[in-house]
Amino acid sequence: MTREAYHKALKELENELLTMGEMVAKAMKDSIEALKTRDMEMSKKIIKDDIIINKKRFEIEERCLQMIATQQPMAVDLRTIAAILSIIADMERMGDHAEGNAKINLLIGSEPLVKPLIDVPRMSEKGLSMLDRVLKAFINRDAKTARAICDEDDEVDALYEQIYRELLFLMIENPKKIEGATYLIWLAHNLERIADRVTNIAERVVFMVTGKMEEVNVSKY
Amino acid sequence: MNNAFNIEKLNVFYGDKPALDDVNMEISQKAVTAVIGPSGCGKSTFIRCLNRMNDLIPVFRLEGSIKFNGTDIYSKDIDVIDIRRRVGMVFQKPNPFPKSIYENTAYGLRIQGIKNKSRLDGIVEASLKKAAIWDEVKDRLHQSALSLSGGQQQRLCIARAIAVEPEIILFDEPCSALDPIATAKIEDLITKLKDDYTVVIVTHNMQQAARVSDYTGFFMMGKLHEFDITKKIFTAPSNKMTEDYITGRFG
Repeated sequence: MTREAYHKALKELENELLTMGEMVAKAMKDSIEALKTRDMEMSKKIIKDDIIINKKRFEIEERCLQMIATQQPMAVDLRTIAAILSIIADMERMGDHAEGNAKINLLIGSEPLVKPLIDVPRMSEKGLSMLDRVLKAFINRDAKTARAICDEDDEVDALYEQIYRELLFLMIENPKKIEGATYLIWLAHNLERIADRVTNIAERVVFMVTGKMEEVNVSKY
Repeated sequence: MNNAFNIEKLNVFYGDKPALDDVNMEISQKAVTAVIGPSGCGKSTFIRCLNRMNDLIPVFRLEGSIKFNGTDIYSKDIDVIDIRRRVGMVFQKPNPFPKSIYENTAYGLRIQGIKNKSRLDGIVEASLKKAAIWDEVKDRLHQSALSLSGGQQQRLCIARAIAVEPEIILFDEPCSALDPIATAKIEDLITKLKDDYTVVIVTHNMQQAARVSDYTGFFMMGKLHEFDITKKIFTAPSNKMTEDYITGRFG
């Protein structure tokens, strides 16, 4: 194989992407864990560590630009780098959503939660599983799996609607719970946005593999 | 000291005509340094100063200093032949001698007076391996070097340069006569060579400089306008002229 050093650098770039994915997944997971256990210190740490995720994104972006400028990637290599540039922007925003959820935990503070957490952890786990599998699809160049992950976004949307409706009823029943319920709606909305970001990533995987730009999961509205 | 060359206030003239104007540059050991710039910018003149190849031009005159591992290579008591052994060179057009592959590789060693066959065999094999051509020629070492393709001939010339155990290898447009696949092979080889050697490459092809080098110097009208880490030069050069050149706005 020719251009060994270049292909090695490309592989390293992919590994960096996975590292960033792990960082974001940890922030997502911890933000819900902190909410469940009402752990304010853990939430503060997530907020603080978001800077590290943002820094990682800049690092990867810089490496991508250097690769484009110095190695003239073509065809699938070019699509891979273009996909990485897009994916890191989505992952960085996912990190922000996790940070947002950590902030919500701090806002709720010592107040008890307005309802037990059942669907929220479910949404979070779904999002985490989708992220994990979409990154595997990226590494395996698996467009089929990426497309299937996009379809799962509907399940997350359904969970969000359920939580939203439930909290709305709670607020109507007991106006004292409006503040606490609003916080949870924000939180669920962040989780819903996280899953949307995963579908963006999946679309980039499809593009990288097939070379076709396509919106995989079209909104039903 | 981490520099192979320390170049200070280098001025070169061909007769009255200045070719290099106050060049200051430090060339790192075991790294690839590329020199780019438009035709006539002085890049070939520059690289040929590093092993005193310009001495052969009668009107050539040099001011300033080029220190190679701390020693000024233009001082009076220097052994030019020894400098050229320690600073090898590969040229634009592959130039194998009309001899066998083996004899081409062993040429410099024979000139040095090495006659021991097993020693010659060992160095020839090691050099051809380092030049990534051994597998392609091991069964026909005694065939004419002229029977090889252009890309193979160029790698043979690299093996010939390596055989005399230089510290530096200068490449003067090594791929301009080669097709893209042969070019990629030479570029791969250059990347590997930096584990053992300091490499300086002059190239017209700035994409090649971007691909293979760690440091890049941009020459223009005999002046070194910018010298920096290659990644920096090709993503965010400090000098407007460098940016205009690498983005194709002139040159």
